[in-house]
Amino acid sequence: MQSKFSHYTARVTRLGRKGCDVVEALGRATVFLAQSAVGVPSREGWSLWLRQMHFVGVLSLAIVLVSGLFIGMVLALQGYTILVDFGAEQALGQMVALSLLRELAPVVAALLFAGRAGSALTAEIGLMKATEQLTSMEMIGVDPLRRVVAPRLWAGFVALPILTVGFSVVGIWGGYLVGVEWLGVFEGSYWSNMQASVSFIDDIGNGMIKSVVFALVVTWIAVFQGYDLVPTSEGISRATTRTVVYSSLAVLGLDFVLTAVMFGGL
Amino acid sequence: MTDVPFIQVEDVYFSRGDSDIFRGVNMTIPRGKVTAIMGPSGTGKTTLLKLIGGQLTPDRGRILIDGQDVHRLSRKALFTLRKRMGMLFQSGALFSDLDVFENVAFPLRVHTDLPDTMIRDLVLLKLQAVGLRGARHLTPAELSGGMARRVALARAVALDPELILYDEPFVGQDPISMGVLVQLIKRLNQALSLTSVVVSHDIKETLSIADYLYLIADGQVVAHGTPSSLEVNQDPRVSQFMHGEPDGPVPFHYPAETLYRDILGHDLAIKAG
Repeated sequence: MQSKFSHYTARVTRLGRKGCDVVEALGRATVFLAQSAVGVPSREGWSLWLRQMHFVGVLSLAIVLVSGLFIGMVLALQGYTILVDFGAEQALGQMVALSLLRELAPVVAALLFAGRAGSALTAEIGLMKATEQLTSMEMIGVDPLRRVVAPRLWAGFVALPILTVGFSVVGIWGGYLVGVEWLGVFEGSYWSNMQASVSFIDDIGNGMIKSVVFALVVTWIAVFQGYDLVPTSEGISRATTRTVVYSSLAVLGLDFVLTAVMFGGL
Repeated sequence: MTDVPFIQVEDVYFSRGDSDIFRGVNMTIPRGKVTAIMGPSGTGKTTLLKLIGGQLTPDRGRILIDGQDVHRLSRKALFTLRKRMGMLFQSGALFSDLDVFENVAFPLRVHTDLPDTMIRDLVLLKLQAVGLRGARHLTPAELSGGMARRVALARAVALDPELILYDEPFVGQDPISMGVLVQLIKRLNQALSLTSVVVSHDIKETLSIADYLYLIADGQVVAHGTPSSLEVNQDPRVSQFMHGEPDGPVPFHYPAETLYRDILGHDLAIKAG
């Protein structure tokens, strides 16, 4: 009886300790974000940022655009087979555009971004930590938060919303290719139904807000995981995995919350 | 003023998790000399350098560099103080996205407003001092371990610091580059009248350049003095280390139950089971 009781208390203790660890990590991550993202960039900061925009943004362009094209094409194909039963295939443009702008572009682009750029950011910063590059930078009197972390954070913040725009545009074009060019939906109704139903503020604006939120969260997770990891090869691989898992869950969870607030009439 | 020691380590306690690494370490490191901190692996020599550099904070006690308490400085003041220090890391820790030239130029670019031509001249002079002027266009991945450490040394002295901390400078070096490094450290110290702190367990090399030695073990300073005085020290802990005897106060075996029990106890358990 006694041992069973102590067994339970030990479990509660472990649970409590885990809770404390989580809160502590959140606190560390917040301080980390405040210390690195706040502040005016120097002239050199701009060139470091541009360099990271290339690595984080330009190099993610191919995967994001190709995925956007396929998703738009699949949407049109699936949408058409359902809409045509109701004789409503003229609404295909509206369906493709709204699904992409409100949901699929921000979410899928963020997931792809986490896999392509987020994991690379974690691994790169982690490797810099493991090879003492961050420490040696500190000893030279340069703050790695400002020099290494800040340009990467800001590059991620800016790159993902732009990638999301590209994703939507290419997706809508992919829907056009399948719907109009292949399945023979009337071109005029594809575009005019889209124009009539898409609201700039409600649909494009809310989609962009989502994308900005996802950009913040994914980049923050990726960079923090890299900076905070245990500097061994095992630590780097774990942190890279964590980046993708945490970012994906955070994106999907936040998407539900944001959708509820934006479109749920709450 | 020059008689005041450059670094004072006063009664420093430091622990990591449950293990105590330092229990009351006291040291004074004089200006313009090479001071070596020696001790067996795992005694926290590198940790001590990190405490001096302000990357770790002691649980108790304080460390003064040139009269300033390192751990009471603001982040900004700490970075300013660090401009006066150079540190040579075990791995070299060169920035992998920059070539050799840019690695050495890095401290100059971020801390000075010197024109490019002057930075170029300074970098080439520093690289000349370590014998790698010709390797300026190589990337860190193309360097051997010894070369990487020499480039790191050139980078550490780029801003002409007053203090250099060397973390295990001789580990994993072939005899030739070991000799080169020993000469370099000695020459740099004399030429630039630096204060050097060398953390190492390579006795022969360290003795040949050190003016003063601290020997640490079990979280404390067990002996200190000039190299010649430590060589004749009778303390068994000191003589075991200085003469490289495999067994002594520092046991050869990691703590374990007796070999007899470990091997036969297992057999007995199988028989009984």
